[in-house]
Amino acid sequence: MKTVDEVQKKTKAPIGWDGKTLKEMRAEIDRVSKETGYYAGIKDLTFKEEDPIRFEKIFSKLRGGVVHARETAKRVAASPIVEQEGELCFSLYTPEADSIVTSTGIIIHVGTMGAAIKFMIENDYEDNPGINDGDIFCNNDNHVGNVHTCDVHTLVPIFWEGEVVGWVGGVTHVIDTGAAGPGSMPMGPVQRYDDGYQVTCRKIGENDELSKDWLLESTRSVRGAKYWTLDEKTRVAGCHMIRDLVLDVIREEGVDNYKRFIREIIEDGRRGFVNQVKMMTIPGKYRGVSFIDVPFEGLDLPKFAQQNSIIHTPSEITIHKDAHLEIDFEGSSRWGWHPFNATPVSITSGIWVMLSQTLVPNDRINDGAYYASTFGIPLGSWFNPDDIRSAHSNTWHGLVAGWTPLWRGLSRGYWGRGFLEEINAGNAHTSNWLQGGGYDHHGELSALNSFESAACGVGASAVKDGISHSAALWNPEGDMGDMEIWEILEPLLFMGREILPGSGGAGKFRGGNGWQSLRLGWGAKEWTMLVAGAGAMATDCGLMGGYPGAAGYRFSAYNTDLKERIEKRLPLPLGGDTDPDYPTYEKNMNAEVVNRDRQAVTTQEEFDDYDLILNYLRGGPGFGDPLDRDPKLVEEDLNDRYILHRYAEKVYGCVFTEKDGEYKVDLEATKEKRKQIRKERLERSMPTKEWMKKEKQKILNKDASKQVQLMYAESFALSEKFTDEFKEFWNIGDDWMIYEEDLNVTKLGRHINRFKNNA
Amino acid sequence: MSEQKYDHKVINELVEGTLEWYQIKNMMSSHKDPERFKVYREVMQERVSWDDPILLPLGLHLYIVLKENGERIVKCDCGHEFCDYKENWKLYANIFVRDTEEKMNEVYPVLMAPDPEWQVIREYYCPSCAAQLEVEAVTPWYPVIHDFEPDIDTFYKDWMNLPLPEVKSKG
Ligand SMILES: [Zn+2]
Repeated sequence: MKTVDEVQKKTKAPIGWDGKTLKEMRAEIDRVSKETGYYAGIKDLTFKEEDPIRFEKIFSKLRGGVVHARETAKRVAASPIVEQEGELCFSLYTPEADSIVTSTGIIIHVGTMGAAIKFMIENDYEDNPGINDGDIFCNNDNHVGNVHTCDVHTLVPIFWEGEVVGWVGGVTHVIDTGAAGPGSMPMGPVQRYDDGYQVTCRKIGENDELSKDWLLESTRSVRGAKYWTLDEKTRVAGCHMIRDLVLDVIREEGVDNYKRFIREIIEDGRRGFVNQVKMMTIPGKYRGVSFIDVPFEGLDLPKFAQQNSIIHTPSEITIHKDAHLEIDFEGSSRWGWHPFNATPVSITSGIWVMLSQTLVPNDRINDGAYYASTFGIPLGSWFNPDDIRSAHSNTWHGLVAGWTPLWRGLSRGYWGRGFLEEINAGNAHTSNWLQGGGYDHHGELSALNSFESAACGVGASAVKDGISHSAALWNPEGDMGDMEIWEILEPLLFMGREILPGSGGAGKFRGGNGWQSLRLGWGAKEWTMLVAGAGAMATDCGLMGGYPGAAGYRFSAYNTDLKERIEKRLPLPLGGDTDPDYPTYEKNMNAEVVNRDRQAVTTQEEFDDYDLILNYLRGGPGFGDPLDRDPKLVEEDLNDRYILHRYAEKVYGCVFTEKDGEYKVDLEATKEKRKQIRKERLERSMPTKEWMKKEKQKILNKDASKQVQLMYAESFALSEKFTDEFKEFWNIGDDWMIYEEDLNVTKLGRHINRFKNNA
Repeated sequence: MSEQKYDHKVINELVEGTLEWYQIKNMMSSHKDPERFKVYREVMQERVSWDDPILLPLGLHLYIVLKENGERIVKCDCGHEFCDYKENWKLYANIFVRDTEEKMNEVYPVLMAPDPEWQVIREYYCPSCAAQLEVEAVTPWYPVIHDFEPDIDTFYKDWMNLPLPEVKSKG
């Protein structure tokens, strides 16, 4: 009798090059690259050097074709996230899943789709289920290395004469994947099993055709099946266009040249990256930190998830003598029972998205850069959970915060070098995520995730203000979308869309401002809404004297009298919540419930016609002392309502005269006022070392909120280095410590603990 | 002498923040000029009132400079000297911590400021000229962040192939 393994054993010839399996090829690339220090051991770029025009021609064809496929395929989609916002991306890989060229769009998925292909190679898909010409695979499993469940990958192998010559991957951000809450990045999931429909590198089609069982199961597993289906067609169409393109290139150039090209282009990418680091930065160490609040106490969640915590992400960039880039996140918080966990691939791949907007702003970004860098990703941390139960549906909450110090680190290097035009004080926390679902105004089971967040404020530079309401770290081509389109697709009317003054951090150059949309429930049959964003904490620092971008908050109102007010033509809440210290919405309506607080993450609440909800998109951090800002620019900001009058005075130290609502800065009085503020600064401040004595006393007394203590306890439990540095800095003895188990928090999931022997 | 892409005047305007957007855009879009550092360092030196040679600009108002005795120290453009460049200058600055709603409200409307139970804002000032040199938004108890430790010797010797600036003899 045969065992199951024997029955399943492959009988086919390997599909890799020269009679090798893909698994053997993957192992060989890793070994040779490590041994030689060159990708695939390519010491000399002979193709590029001997026939540079042909080399560049192949590159241009592939890159152009991949970008073109994205632009064309995106028209197939109906989802506003894909069609309006461009939340899709295609990438071409080697047989071993190293990326060669990538389209524009959400290029974080260069890494995540590579991880999925590597997963298939690692798990011998070549034997079972088999990898054949015309196969279509799907993945969105977070623990395989995806960003979050809603990023659905289509993966297609490319064959030439029986050999795999590569893979093409396409991804779209799908509007809903059937999670515990509606929308693509819902609040509600606290475990993997709440995250929605997860497909683990599954073969979903053969001979270029999707199988019926797949089509039925997948569309029954999500809300908004229409979007799901058209997104899938988009991905498949793009993948097949790129496969055709590659086969055309091979027919023209010959398969051997194609094989040489894909090796050399990655090694070329690696060298290009090293050169950029050397050209733009300064060797040394750059440190930063980010935080994000997880205010879950009292939310509608399992008891063990109902606790306040903080996601702490310290980062240390080391630029070595040989320009090797290393980023270490040691000291980061433990993963938790929230949907904000991430995978190592998503944090590192996202770093490439960020670097492609600053250090390597060209189309040559491929896995070569990955071979020129090292990352320290602590096991058990929020971006490397040691438990498959972790939830990831809103992974961006922590990621977007975690990356912002890296901008500032690199910017210190640019400042030293004199590349002031490249400085960026950081990225905004791209939230709120305004989400909802139910039976919509067309009577269809649907969901929404407002991608207005694709247009947040940019961090200030050293030579100009950050751009307002313009971009998101994760999609540099992002756009706020047209109100008219959102109103067609979502059961929410716009009562206003306006810049929020002062949401960008103040500075010599201020952060780009964020903005607000006020939405009125309209026409849905059954609907719930939720928001997810940063609230109690600013997720960035400023740079070189600038302030962080403003923190978030929520505003919503239920059971309002707006129907009656509209009928009677009475004043309504309109526009932005321009100055939340002096709110006006409440003056123009009555409501049974008004939420106006820092609770910027909420779980589903029923949402009816004439209910109101505010979407607040954040601003970016500022650069430099606000007292150094040209008073004329402050005057412009005030008249254009980018800042509020009292902060133009208090923070920027400017004095104005006003006539008919137009402000004019008084330069002489401003000079005096700024002098006065400087004097006050010295009076109210103290030498740092004196302050440290006072702060140390607070630490010894354990005088801090529970969530702050928990944050330290988690980092102490995971990292000896962080603990030692903390204690050394404050000069605190061995007898002082904070343990998680002393803080009356859930014990679930707290596995790795260096204070316990089982670690 | 290699050709300069941008002269002292342009780089000075870059530092001043007075370049037009189209000029900045061109600068961002074109290949970087390897000689930038040399020109920039000279421009920065011309802009300060003291003579200590600048080794590396460290922040909007801060520099690492070389003293006559060979020490490398962090210095403010106002002339205030902080500490050895290997140390964290923030420990020699003045600090003001916004740890109440009221203090936060001087910079942001209440709801747009961090909740002091979760986070404080720490402002570091030059003890002489009171310039706000850095702002941290961190949890209470957070160690003062040592933002940047440059490897100046490797930078000059191995990366730039430039001699380290020397103290001019007085006379
Ligand atoms: Zn000073």
